[in-house]
This record gives sequence, structure tokens and C-alpha cells, in this order.
Amino acid sequence: MTILNLVFIVFLGILFFITYFHISNYILDIYGNKTLKRYNFENSIRVIIFITPAFIVLFIFILYPVFETIRLSFYDKFGREFVGLYNYKWAINDPEFRRSILNNLVWLLVVPTLSTFFGLVIANLADRIWWGSIAKSIIFMPMAISFVGAGVIWKFIYEYRGPENTQIGLLNAIIVSLGYEPQAWLTIPMWNNFFLMAIMIWIQTGLALVIFSAALRSIPKEMLEAARIDGASELKIFFSIIIPYLEQTILVIWTLITIIVLRIFDIIFAMTNGEWQTGVLANLMYDWMFRGGGDSGRGSVLAIVIMIGVIPILAWNLYKHRQEQKI
Amino acid sequence: MYDDVFIHLKDRSKEDEVADININTVNKYFGDVHVIKDVSLDIKSQSFTVLVGPSGCGKSTMLRMIAGLEDINSGTISIDGQVVNDLPPKQRNIAMVFQSYALYPHMTVFDNMAFGLKLEKRSKDEINERVNEAARILQIEDYLQRKPKQLSGGQRQRVAIGRAITRKPKVFLFDEPLSNLDAALRVQMRVELAKLHNELEATMIYVTHDQTEAMTLADDIVVLDTGIVSQKGSPLELYDRPNNMFVGGFIGSPKMNFISSKILSKSSDATEVDIMGMSKISVSKMSASSSEGDSVTLGIRPEHLVVNGDADGSWESKVFVVEKLGDVTYLYLEKDGEPLVAETEGHSEIKVGDTVKVGFPAGRCQLFDSSGEAFK
Amino acid sequence: MKKFSISSILSQLLLLFFVIIWIIPTFGLFISSLRDKDLLAISGWWTSLTTTEVNEIYRMSGMESQIEEDGYFKIKGKLFEDNSGKKIESFGITSKKINEFNIGDIAIFKDESEVLLDEDGNYEWRSKTEFKKKKGKRLFTTSLSPPAFTFENYREVLFKEGIGRAFINTMAVALPSTLIPLIICSFFAYSLTWMKFYGRDTLLAIIIASLVVPLQMSLIPILTIYNDFGALFGVAAKSYPGVWMAHTGFGLASTTFLLRNFLKSLPNEMMEAAKVDGASHYDIFLRIIIPLSIPAFASIFILQFLWCWNDLLVGLVFLDQVPSEIILTAKLKELLGSRGENWEILTTGAFVSMTVPLFIFFALQRYFIRGLVAGSVKG
Repeated sequence: MTILNLVFIVFLGILFFITYFHISNYILDIYGNKTLKRYNFENSIRVIIFITPAFIVLFIFILYPVFETIRLSFYDKFGREFVGLYNYKWAINDPEFRRSILNNLVWLLVVPTLSTFFGLVIANLADRIWWGSIAKSIIFMPMAISFVGAGVIWKFIYEYRGPENTQIGLLNAIIVSLGYEPQAWLTIPMWNNFFLMAIMIWIQTGLALVIFSAALRSIPKEMLEAARIDGASELKIFFSIIIPYLEQTILVIWTLITIIVLRIFDIIFAMTNGEWQTGVLANLMYDWMFRGGGDSGRGSVLAIVIMIGVIPILAWNLYKHRQEQKI
Repeated sequence: MYDDVFIHLKDRSKEDEVADININTVNKYFGDVHVIKDVSLDIKSQSFTVLVGPSGCGKSTMLRMIAGLEDINSGTISIDGQVVNDLPPKQRNIAMVFQSYALYPHMTVFDNMAFGLKLEKRSKDEINERVNEAARILQIEDYLQRKPKQLSGGQRQRVAIGRAITRKPKVFLFDEPLSNLDAALRVQMRVELAKLHNELEATMIYVTHDQTEAMTLADDIVVLDTGIVSQKGSPLELYDRPNNMFVGGFIGSPKMNFISSKILSKSSDATEVDIMGMSKISVSKMSASSSEGDSVTLGIRPEHLVVNGDADGSWESKVFVVEKLGDVTYLYLEKDGEPLVAETEGHSEIKVGDTVKVGFPAGRCQLFDSSGEAFK
Repeated sequence: MKKFSISSILSQLLLLFFVIIWIIPTFGLFISSLRDKDLLAISGWWTSLTTTEVNEIYRMSGMESQIEEDGYFKIKGKLFEDNSGKKIESFGITSKKINEFNIGDIAIFKDESEVLLDEDGNYEWRSKTEFKKKKGKRLFTTSLSPPAFTFENYREVLFKEGIGRAFINTMAVALPSTLIPLIICSFFAYSLTWMKFYGRDTLLAIIIASLVVPLQMSLIPILTIYNDFGALFGVAAKSYPGVWMAHTGFGLASTTFLLRNFLKSLPNEMMEAAKVDGASHYDIFLRIIIPLSIPAFASIFILQFLWCWNDLLVGLVFLDQVPSEIILTAKLKELLGSRGENWEILTTGAFVSMTVPLFIFFALQRYFIRGLVAGSVKG
């Protein structure tokens, strides 16, 4: 496909949707105005015009797949024959699966917690220092970078050369200058997970930081001043006023990062491809989508396990939504 | 045949740009809450009708049903003889001015006022002419190219009114248009609205919770109480002869004083009641359902209380707060429950702690029975 | 308030520490991408930042280039090309004493030939007798090398390694994948906010639930649909429109949710005023909602665009990994595997892939942050 062709279909694709909305509404405006009694009828048609494209996409890409994936998890690798719980039994007995679950759990425990913690600390530090906004920009910047790009960046930190060579990876260079042996960081089982997590924390701290920053700004100044007049120390203010005030925000950020971490795929795929016991569920699933021509049953089971991870968050969000609707 | 009807309607709207509005046993529910209960109202063409009542009484809902912004659960609303229940707002020939002005922040004043006309696909010249005319009436010609956020509250309100005027509707609907303005501006805009009504000779319906606005602007006041029309009449009718305690208390400022009392005796044309066990008065009002010994409430406005002067029923009371406003002085007198407020001259010598003699002429007071209905 | 209290200094130092930790990885990549590709593989990127002392071994020319002059046989030459800015400080003639001579000294070999060296590497080797060896003698130099950077890697990567084409492909994926959801979701969000219809609350609840559904749930069924669709109509199963719609599907919930939150904040009375003015929902949408939503659109555009630009999984699954379709992240991953030791391609490619996000980041940071914050503060 030539570049010109590409530009053409990009243009066509976008134009298609604009045209749909414009033409259909234009026709309705002309015919809708002709008869007085049709007001409610006209409104219903308008609703249909407005929501149909989004609803079709929602149905095809989210609603149907959720049920289809559940169905496929009970079927064989081609999705043709019902095999009951066979795929689930396979998963439970598969050492790779158990390793992935364990890794995922460690990721879920470490990354959201540390990102949130660093975000909160840095937001508080930056808030009271004149060059704080520059600092925030710098720490926030990794948010803009792709996981793969971040992987390449960190490859330069973790790069390993034999002890006889000059180390070009920063971490090993430091280690060697301190008089230790260089290490192939990404191949040390269990520990390598933490080196991969460092990349994720490096990225997600920025997210926590900007949200905390916005939340900190919303704390009423009078409240802090009142506390100072009452003689509270800054540390005391931080722990007994700021932290409780930000409770909701902390929870929101923590869940947000948890959701991102549950789907984590790119970093591991790019850095180790799941080798040296670094695999997580999403990688294993990708693997099974194509391994041996693809096994939709096993792949689906893995997707469902990831989905189960978000169900508590989903339920909580819906509950909160209900509460808000009531008010 | 249909064409005939259509032409007839058109002709009528040409001769007579203003409209009668008939509201017939209208009901409205929000979920399970019954907010408008069997309301029927006739609003005369070219009149200025004010819907007034405390918040939550349904007055705004009433207005929004006339505008077509709320569905009607039962009953009919007709404008100029045509039932408009199922018509969208744009086909009802109305214009509305909102409390928050509801200007389009991204458009200039001119575009705000021209928006409706542009949607009607009017010609450029006509739009220019009508917008400039409205701007002239409202004296906002200098601001036509500004954005709403560059205007003061009063100017924004003028633009909102201007937006209504340009469309030359049969009916103007105002939803608490002055309540976001400061007190001085409110008085000024009130006067201008009255002027505008004379100039445009259009039917205007105005919703407010402020009884002063209602009294000063209205030809007819409709007092709404929890979805029911409490009383409809001219301002003075409502002031002088409230139908019930609610209207009595709502109209007039400061509020009417209410004194719990008992009927001492009844004659064919008068009722004698007790005043706080200290005095009694005979009022020439009757209620068929009342009898001797019944509890009644005596209503008397602060401006009708006579301090240290001759009156029909009078008693002595201690003053505990004095409010001097310059033109008048309000005295707060001791009483069970709410204090009694009396109005006296601006340069009164009365001080806190003084004991004064108060009384009132029998013709100025109201009697309400235990269900709040007024004696006639 | 004490301005220079210990706690203030401590917090400044702590913040500085964080900032340094956070910036070093990216900075390292940036520097590396600008270094000479041969140096890249043998020394750490940090060594290129300062003027460094390097010890090198050069061999002078042999007998062919000798000339006779002033009664000497001379071999003149240059140890290295002069464009590097390197300055020799000292030199030696044996590996044991590499710093034996300073510039200006005359070093005398065992065979009594002498050598003169200047700091730019020009040497004059002279002897009373004729040089008879084909190979010249070795000189051990200690020189100071200033930082030297080049754009050569970028030229190579953009035009020879297919990164340039991958860049265009990524743009062709990301732009429609951002604009299409923005278009259809703005109508969707509008109807969810300002139109009354049966099932609206249910639809809203579905959107809120979909916010957290991982895209892994959709991969297999959609891939199946695409394959069936491709087989049925005889078209390629993996195509640009397929990726657009996949991104639209996965971004639909969050885009709708963010837009609805914004639309909900617009005053109800303004919509009613427009209705009274005679505007249909489409008029309101075009003439009021769109002009007022530009900042919200900008925020959401940035979020979705970055998501699509940085995505790897969707591009891997729904596009063929061929030069005309491969996206930057997939290309980088490919390079990581196949050319993992070609550092110059990797670093430069990674940096090319970051240009657009970093541009957006620095130019539109305000909108980016606003979008993130709006997305996180639910409700």
C-alpha cells in the first residue's frame, strides 16, 4: 500500500462517520419539521441516529466478546467442541500458568502501591518548592512514552557485558565501580520481575503525581492555616489532615494503576518475552492465541482470569455510580 | 379543509400577536412525587401574571410545562386556543428568560440574540433589524460585539431578555430572572420590566419567590402552595383579602403577625375574639363553620398595628428589639412563639425594654380558622 | 516562616534525587542516539558527556611514505582524522610507559629514529638512515576527547531501517483511531446526557462497567470475527480499518465517559434556552456543544491518540507484521529481538517513536493533565 493510498483511506474512514451523522440529521431536520404532531417521534429517531454507531461498536467490541470469551473457555482449541472445564483444569495444572498468576499478584501488590506512594510524596514535595512544576513535568514525562519505548530506555540501564568488558549499562557500571561483579539483571529469577516492575513504576508514578497534585490544590487553604494556628507541625498536618483528605484520591489512583497493571503486556513482551520466569497472564494469553496455531479455549481461560481481577473494581464503580445517580 | 383551519390560525395570530393561555386540570409527577395537582388557570392576553410561592411549590415546573420543557402527565395547556401539549417549545410561539441567563458563552451578544432567528432561517436584514431594535429597547447597543463573560450581571440579564424580544413571541416566560442580581439592580430591572410590558403589550408570565416583585409587577398574582393554586387575584386583593393563612403570610413584608386566639362570641355579622387574654376585639367577618370557643388565628400586618395610639383592641407589651430603617421603625414585641412585629414612625423614641400600648383597627385584621381558611 | 529551614533544604534535595532518578534513563537514551555507532557499543553513554581521557594505540606509516629532507629520512602523517576535536596530552613509545613524553618532546626509539608529535596527531618520524620496515612503529597516546555528537544514526534509521515507514503507518493507525471514537462518542455522550430515552441508565451503567473490562477479553472473539469477515468477503482479515474499529471499540467506554462528565457540567438552562430558541438536538450539538467542548475534545484527543500511538498489542494482533502495515512499537520490538546488539538502530528508533508523544507532552501538557485528572476523578 503506497503512502498516498494510505492517506486516502484514512481520510475516507473519518469522512464516513462525519457524513453519516450529518446526512441523517439533515434529512430528519427536513422531514421532522413538516408535521407538528411528530415531535416525540422525531426525538426518538434522533436518539437512534445519535447512539447507533457507538452502540454497534460497543456491542461488537465489548459486549459480544465478553460472552463469547466465556463460551470459548468451555470449548476446544478451535471453539467447536464443548469440553467442559477441561481448559480450566489445564490452567490449574500448568506450571507456566501458576508462575504467571504469582507474577501478576506480585506486580499488583508492588506497582500500584509504590507508584501511589512515590506520587504522593513527590506531589507534596513539589507543591512547596519553587521549581516544583519543572520537577513534576520531568517525572510525569514517562507517561507519554510507549511501554516498548520505555523498555528500550531501560535496556540501557540493565545491559550486561561479561566482566572482562567495559559495562555500557548504567546499573552494571555503578556496580562494577563499587567493586562488585556485573550481573545479567533480567535473567535472575524472581528478582528480574522487580527490575521490570521498576520500569512500570517509573511510568505510572507520573500519573499518580498529577492527580495528587490536582487534589492537593483542592484542599482548602483555610483548613491548613487553621491547623498551623492550632500549632500542628508540617508532618502532623501531612498525616492527620492531608492523607485523610486525600483518602478517596488515593483509592482512585490505586485502582486506576491496578487496572493498568492487570493488563500489563508490552513491557514484558519487549524486555524478556516472558522468559526467565517473568511471564504474566497477558503474555501467556498472547502466547496461546498463536502457539500451535492458536488455542482459543486456553486463551479465553486466561482472559477470564484477568477479567476476574477487575470484577471487584467493576462492582465498586457501579456501586458508586448508583449512589451518585440517587442524589 | 385542513388548510382552512391552518389559514384561520395564521390570520388570528397576525391580528392579535398576544395570547390567552388556558391551563386545564393539569397534573405533573416527578417519579412518585405529585408536584402539580389539578391546576386550572386562565391567563388573559396581554396580562402580566406572576406565579409566586416558596421554593418547591411547583411554580417553575408550571412555567416549564407552558414552555414545553416538561411533559404534562394529564390535563391540557392551550395557547391562543390551540392545545400545545405535544408541541415542541419552538412551535409554541413563546420565549423564555432563565434565572442563570443561560446565554451561549461562545457567541457574541449579537449572535446570542440572533440565534433563534438564524435557526428560523430569516434573512440577514431582518435579523439585523430585529436584533438592533431589541438592543435599542434594552439599551445594550454598545455591547453587541462583546461576549457574555465581558458583561455585568445586569447586562447579561438584558441580553437574555433581548434574546426573547427578537423572536417576537406571543408569550414571554420569566423564570426568576432577577434573583441572581444584587438588590439595587433588582429594583432597577423591575422597573424596566414593567416598562417593557407596557411597550411590548405581550402576555408575560413571571415566576418568582419574591413577593415584592410579585406585588410590583403583576396584573394578576397566582400564589402556589405545594402544587395547588392557593389564590389568584390582583396584588391588592391578595393583600387585603387573603383566602388563607398561607397567602396572608406570604404576601406583605414584614410578614403578617399571627396571634393564636379563641372565639369569645358570635353574632350575625361579627365575631368577637380574645387577644392574648389581655384584650378582645369584635371583627366584622364570619365563618359559617365556626362556633364559640373554637381556636382561631388572628392575622394583623405590622403596618396596621398602632403603637401608643387609639385602636379598637389594645394591650400592653414589652419591646425587646428595635430596628430603625430610617423611614420606619420595627418593634419586636414579646409574645408566645414568634415575636410580634409592629411598624412605627422612623424617628420613634421607643427603646428596648420600654412597655408600649399596641392595638389595631378591627377592619384591618384577618381571622383564620384552624384549617387556615379565612373568615369572610 | 523560615525560608531556609533544614526541612526545606531536605525536601529540595529529596525532590532533586527523584528528578535525577527519573530523568536519567530517558536522557541516556537521547545521548546514546546521538553518539557514533561504534562508540555506542563499547563505552557507556555517560562517558561521552564530558571531555574524557582516552588511551589509544596508533601505528605510524611504513617505509613507502618516507621522503628525504634536510638530511633526514622522514615519514609524516596523521594519527587520526582531525574532525573529532581530540587533543593529545602525552604519548609513549612502549606499552610500559605510555605517558613518557609530553607534546613537544622528542621521543627516541631504540634504533635511534626520533618522533615528534603535536596535539592534533600530526607526527614527524625521522631517521638518519632509511626506513626499511613495511609497518610503522606504534605510538601510545593519551588524549582528551570532547563530547561529539552526530545525527548520522537518525538518517540511517529513518530511511534505511523502515522506521520512517513505520512512523507513517503508526500515524495512519492513530489518527483515525482517535478521531472516529471522538466523533461517535460525542454523539453518544450527548444523548446519554441531554436526551431522554428508554434504557438510558442501563446504557450508562454498561459504559461504566466497560471502563475496566480488559481488552484481552475481546481479542480472541474479534480476531475470529475479522477472520470470518475476511474469508466471507475475500478481503484481508487484518487491515487499517480493522485496527481503527478495534481501537474505537477499546477506547469507546473511556471516551464516552470523559465526554459525558464534561457535558454534564454544562448548564441545563442553556440547553433549554436553545430548545426554546427553536434548536433541534443536532443544532444544539453543532452550534453549542462542539464550540464549547473544544478543550474537552483536546484532552480526550490527546489521551486516546497517545494510547493508540503507544499501543503494541492491538497493532500486533490486528495488523500484519509487514513493512506497509507494521507500527513503530511492533517494529521496535522486532529490532529488540533481531538487532538487539545494533544499539544505534534501537536507540534512534526508540527516540523517533517518542518524538510525537514528547511533542504532545511538551506542547499540550495542560490538556493532557486535565484529561488524566478528569478521567480519574470519577463521577
